[in-house]
Order: sequence, then structure tokens, then C-alpha cells
Amino acid sequence: MGFTVKNPGISTTVQDSGRYGYQASGVPVSGAMDMHSLNLANILVGNDRNEACLEMLMMGATLEFDSAAVIAITGADMKPTVNKKPVPMNEALYIRNGDVLSFSASDNGNYCYVAFAGGMDITPVMGSRSTYMKAKIGGVEGRKLVAGDKIGLREYHFKLPNMKMRHFDRKDYESEVTLRVVLGPQDDHFTDEGISTFLSAEYTVTSEFDRMGCRLSGDAVATKNGSDIISDGICVGAVQVPKHGMPIVMLADRQTAGGYTKIATVISSDLDKLVQCSVGGKIRFKAISVAHSHEIYKAKKALLDELEAKLTKHYEPRKFIVEVNDKKLEVTLSE
Amino acid sequence: MDVRYLPLGDTGLTVEFGNEISPAINSRVTRLCDMLKTLNVNGIVETMPTYRSVSIYYDPSVLDLESLTALIDELLSTEIALNVTNPYVIEIPVWYSSESGPDLEFVASHNGKTVDEVIAIHSAPEYLIYMIGFTPGFPYLGGMDNSIATPRLDNPRVKIEAGSVGIAGSQTGIYSVDSPGGWRLIGKTPVKLFDMERENPVLLKSGNYLKFVPISKEEYFKIKEQADKGIYLCKMRERGV
Repeated sequence: MGFTVKNPGISTTVQDSGRYGYQASGVPVSGAMDMHSLNLANILVGNDRNEACLEMLMMGATLEFDSAAVIAITGADMKPTVNKKPVPMNEALYIRNGDVLSFSASDNGNYCYVAFAGGMDITPVMGSRSTYMKAKIGGVEGRKLVAGDKIGLREYHFKLPNMKMRHFDRKDYESEVTLRVVLGPQDDHFTDEGISTFLSAEYTVTSEFDRMGCRLSGDAVATKNGSDIISDGICVGAVQVPKHGMPIVMLADRQTAGGYTKIATVISSDLDKLVQCSVGGKIRFKAISVAHSHEIYKAKKALLDELEAKLTKHYEPRKFIVEVNDKKLEVTLSE
Repeated sequence: MDVRYLPLGDTGLTVEFGNEISPAINSRVTRLCDMLKTLNVNGIVETMPTYRSVSIYYDPSVLDLESLTALIDELLSTEIALNVTNPYVIEIPVWYSSESGPDLEFVASHNGKTVDEVIAIHSAPEYLIYMIGFTPGFPYLGGMDNSIATPRLDNPRVKIEAGSVGIAGSQTGIYSVDSPGGWRLIGKTPVKLFDMERENPVLLKSGNYLKFVPISKEEYFKIKEQADKGIYLCKMRERGV
């Protein structure tokens, strides 16, 4: 009950919402680069929204199923097909025993997610199924998938309730994005000019872009007294500015602590826009307050809550009394 | 220096106690982490101690920043130490030799000392474990005698085996997993600092102390056999006892 990897794609790994509780031991959080797509894919198939999915980079995998399943595909558009017939993204799909799911190169976005109803049968390591390849922790033997890997599913599903409602509309990812940031923790290490450069210049996404971070190029950001600090904690989205003055946005596999000044932190709700942005894409930063960032966080969470509530709602069978030829009949309608 | 609250976007807060590496500041870090752990505050996802600050990661839909900083103000002003434990000293056996530490002789000649003097100086202190980071389980140690300080290699080695003990400038540390690195290697411990087979994969905890204990090659392999089976326990004692 599950699937076999026929072709692994460029870099396909198992990722959930991350490995929390071990940063004090030096273990990075990891988890999905695009948390929003992970959450949506899981909600569509009735999983806990933090459940592990397959995360595929740039060029997707080919999977052959040996049982029925319900899946959903979100994130980058890798033109998914089942048995060579195109299938839609962003909705729950039936898979039958023997079906082959495959993907091509992405048209829009970098990271694509596949959620499986019931979740993959992967043993959690330190409370998470996420793969951290550098230390070979989690996922399948701590590495990206290879041809021949067999992954089981923890529950058998051939359909889900409210199947027709399990979809949502998504806009394409853009190549010019504005990322909202909260200034700090080390904004006081930068000159006024440095801060104003950071908030007004246009930056370009470079090819130094992986699960650990994304280096940007553009106008150098000036510090007051160099860029070294006594190492402190690095949050996801932290914008590090080393000696060369080019901002680096720290992402899922970032180290737990580091010794470069951090001018600002991209809010969690905007990280998906960055991780799905192609190399050469244009980035601008806009400063907002912590209070405003919390309103945005709550609004995004409310949207997910609403979708989840709609899909998990149990529709009570509706009863009607119908008179036919003077006979009263009770008719029950259910989903 | 007053405590500073530094926001980390919408989901984090760094509580900074100062801008230097000192045991006094680090003990405030450990104390706050211990108290937060005991309280198990709803909405705090995890806490991350470093040299001089604590990064607190939280869920803003459960906990707002004002409530969080008010709680920390309260905890920092209280005299009662909530469940704060006394630090312990953990003994880490080390086989110091040119065979297990290819830079041992360089460290000695660089500092005008004999190899035995380097070993004696390196294994004398109780080192404070300031923080764990860099790689899973890697300890940042404080308290090395400057008389054995040695600059890093110009060309870092591509692979250093886990357990290697090294010196970089006036710092000393132990590689916790196989990784590249430029530290001068002086010996090796058979003990695993990071082992996913263990219930708690990470051996060391910040805020405690570490002492290196010289062992022979024979003892190294004897302990290694036990450590590989997961049945070796490091000696531990309360500090000052």
C-alpha cells in the first residue's frame, strides 16, 4: 500500500512543517520551504495541515502506486499527469492501483508538494519526518529520494467525504515580489543609509539559492562597524548581511545560530513568494510593525481554518416528506 | 546592560542579556531557558539558548508579543529560581596523540611547549558549554588557556571524523558529526556527541561544564566498542563537588 519511485526528479525529499524542539541541540528546523503550499495540500486530503508531503524541486518525480490513494498537488506547476493524462493541481485526486503519477519541469514556481491522504509511512526522527540532508536526519535515510525507493501510506483511502469541494483557486507565482519584513534583530548595527538602501533598492534572486538560504544581489547594505556579531539565534526569514553587503534570506535548513548581522526578518506569510521566485526574479522589502505582521499571520491562518472547516464538516442527511399519489414518503438526501 | 527585546519577524523574539561572552551573562540565559521550560507556556514553540541571548519562537495566533514580554519581565524580576538546576560536569575521555590528532605536534611547537604540556593544559579546565550549534550537538566551549591557542588551518580539511577534538584560535571544541573544518586536531574521543539511535540524540547541554580526561589508545578502543553499542555512560558530577 503506497508507491515506488520510478524517477526521483532533481531533488525530491520528505518534508513536514519542521523539526521543533532541538535547535538548542544544534539541529536545524528544516521542513517545507513553502509552508503555505504544504498546509493547503494536506487540508485538501484531510490530513493534519503539518503532515509530511513530498517536496520536489524544479523537476518532479515519477511515482507508481500499488494501491488506491487520494492525493493533492500544490505549489510549483510541474504539469502533473496520471497515466500520461494531465490532472489538475490544487484539488484532491483519486489514484487507482497501478496508476503512474509523473511531473515535468516547472513552468511557474520552484517547489511542488504532493500530499497523501493518511500520510506517508515514514518513521519520525526527533519528532519530525522532515529530511535534513546535511546531517542525514529524517525522511528516507536522511537523503533525497532515489529510483527504487518504496514508500508506504499509513492509512488506506480510496475516497474522502465532500470530494467535490476539495479544491481551491491559486494565482501564479510572480517574478517581481515585495516581501514584508520586521526590522531587527540587529538593525541598530546598520547606518541610516544602509537601512534606507535595504528598503528602497531592488534586489535580484541569484543562483545561490538552496534549502538553506537565498542570496540576493543589488545595492550593498552598509553597516556601522562591520558585519560580525557574537553568534545568536537565526529565525526563518532572517535577512543576514555579511561583509559583502548583499542580503541573504535564511530558509528552512538554516543553521540554528550564526555570527552575521541580521537587518530584518521576512514575515512567515511572505516566505512562499520568495521560495517560489525564479532566479533573476526581483525582490523589494517593505518594513511593517510586529503588530501588523501578527494581523497578517492571523488572517492567513483564518483562511486555512475556514477551508479546513468547510471540508471536514459533516453534512447531516436532509429529510423531506414527499407526497406521491396521496402516499407520504420520507426521502433522505446525503452527501 | 539592560535586557533588550529584539523581534525576529512575526514568530520570534530574542531576549539579549549583553554583548560579551561571559559565564555571568550565559548563566542568565540558562536560567531563563530553565524557567520557560518548567512553565511550558502555551504558544511558545521552542527556546534556543546562545552565548548571550535566548531566542524564543512562538505562535502569534496563541501568544501576542506584549504578553510574552510581560511574562519575561516577570520571570527576570523574580528572585525565586523556578526549578533551576545546578550545573554538572561531564567527563569526555580523549586519546591525545599524533595518530588521533594530526596537529598535536604543531600546536606544541607553535606555542613552544612539549606535547605532554599541551595535553596537561588542555585537559585541566572545566570548560563552560556556552551553547550548542554549528552542527547537531557541537559544543561552543569557553575557558581554554591562551597559552595553547593556535590559528586555524589555511586550507580546511574536507572531512573530519566525528569525535575529533580541535583548537581554533583561543577556542576548543569537538566535531559532533563528520564535517569539513579548519580546526587544529589534537585528539579524539570515542564518545558520540550526536547519535540518532539514542532517545536523546544530543549528549551535551548548554549551561553545564565539560572536562577532557586523557586516555590511552587501548582505553579509546575499549570505550569505543561500548559507545558503538550504546552502553557507555560518561562520568558526571555536580559542579564543585
